Amino acid sequence: MNEEKHVCKSKDSCCGVCCTQIQDFSVTVGKAQILHNVNIHIHCGELTALIGPNGAGKSTLLKAILGEVKHTGSLKYLDAKGLRTGNPLIGYVPQYLNFDLGTPTSVLDLFTASISKKPAWLIPTNKIRQRTSESLAKVNAEHLIERRLGALSGGELQRVMLALSLDPVPDILLLDEPVSGIDQNGLELFYNTLKELKNKYDMTIILISHDFDLVYKYADRVVLLNEGTVVTSGTPDEVFNDKRMREVFRMSKFYIQNNEQRNTIQGGND
Amino acid sequence: MLNWWYGIIDFILPFQWASHAFMKNALTAVLLVTPLFGILGTMIVNNRMAFFSDSLGHGAFTGIAIGSMLGVIKPIWGAIIFSVAFAILITTIKNKTKTSTDTIIGVFSSTTIAAGLVLITLFNQPYNTYLVGDLLSITPSDIALLLIVFVLVVILWVTIFNKLLVISVNPLLASSRGINTMLIDILFTSAVAVIVTITIQWVGILIINSLLVLPAAAARNIASNTRQYHALSIAAALISGLAGLIASYYLNTATGATIVLIAALLYFITLSIRGKVLK
Repeated sequence: MNEEKHVCKSKDSCCGVCCTQIQDFSVTVGKAQILHNVNIHIHCGELTALIGPNGAGKSTLLKAILGEVKHTGSLKYLDAKGLRTGNPLIGYVPQYLNFDLGTPTSVLDLFTASISKKPAWLIPTNKIRQRTSESLAKVNAEHLIERRLGALSGGELQRVMLALSLDPVPDILLLDEPVSGIDQNGLELFYNTLKELKNKYDMTIILISHDFDLVYKYADRVVLLNEGTVVTSGTPDEVFNDKRMREVFRMSKFYIQNNEQRNTIQGGND
Repeated sequence: MLNWWYGIIDFILPFQWASHAFMKNALTAVLLVTPLFGILGTMIVNNRMAFFSDSLGHGAFTGIAIGSMLGVIKPIWGAIIFSVAFAILITTIKNKTKTSTDTIIGVFSSTTIAAGLVLITLFNQPYNTYLVGDLLSITPSDIALLLIVFVLVVILWVTIFNKLLVISVNPLLASSRGINTMLIDILFTSAVAVIVTITIQWVGILIINSLLVLPAAAARNIASNTRQYHALSIAAALISGLAGLIASYYLNTATGATIVLIAALLYFITLSIRGKVLK
């Protein structure tokens, strides 16, 4: 695979060379302005967590980065050697997988359909099988290759989707709340895998999460969104100790308590 | 033109039912059209589009009414053009709107069937054929058309199936991998519209949708991957098509309905063994 990708010696050497810039993103659907003046500067080899209350515009921002919703503003990507600029290769791990659980689609079928031109209703070549195995190995999921998608647990399904998003190895990896419906061990495992990938491929990871414990532990940078724009961003310490963080989430405490039982806002006192 | 083929049928099937030319034609059509229903059905069931494909049938009905009214070279061409246009329209609306898809499909479904009935009765045409269908009315030129459609659908399926599968798992995932979801969707629904339009005169609008849904639904009860799904769906469609054709000959029943009953029987059989086959 793309093993020759640039690996940063340190964060400073990377800075200003290999980065993703989201400039002045605005999204208007109908008459409603969902995002306005979003500016985010992301370095590669960093895990950036997008947090914010429900309706803050997190998912819309991911869709805008994917080009799925119309937006103004620009997405600039500069690779370390300045070789590839403009259109970064984006890997995406979706939030909701509301496909029919009875679907007779195996993990191998999904990979075949995604990475090759050979119809998934024919017998896959050894090459495809090999490549799928290698991808699944990156997330410790080789054993799931013949399993039906509907027979996977939430955590297994997320790991499979992560493996899929890594083939081909993307410049930017987008993850939309990849941890819902997964037990605590599965969560830690997932974040650990992300950390390894980040270091190995010097990948830019943008993650939407409500799990503040794990964000605090694993994210390099945190971007707080509210009402369609960036409230503040910085290291987890900076953001979680910011009084605006408390203001934003106090308003939606009800939401946090009800939807994310295990989450509590942890200031810097971890 | 078809004499060599009739000869083959006589040789392989030296039975009374296969000795008539109309049965030979019907048999040929069943062999060509049921596999198509089998493969297209896999994605209709996967994407929960049973109601949607039903409305494509209704659109095809209006198409046939308009086609026979205009009397272009052959009514079927007018019908196909209208049905495809209808399929594109309804797919576009489905993709663009936030209103419940269910309601939109319901609205178009009832409008088109009403329009079809009004047009047909306005011009004093019989409409019973289209409601129930007559599989024994197939002509050699119908078979030629079917053969062309068969080849086109197989080519389409080789080209777009992978993309359809990724879209069915998650549309956003599909577009992140560079798939034009709208275009693929339209190609798929258009193909369904064409098949339904051509077949409606033989199978009838009342039950055509069950031919699309039942074989795939039966197959997915016991399939654990895409290959098995296709193989079993095609097999279920072919078996019910052939068995239904032969049974209807001896029982003197409506062919389309007999085929659907056998497909339904296959569905219930696979449903009952589902737990033993799939873990």
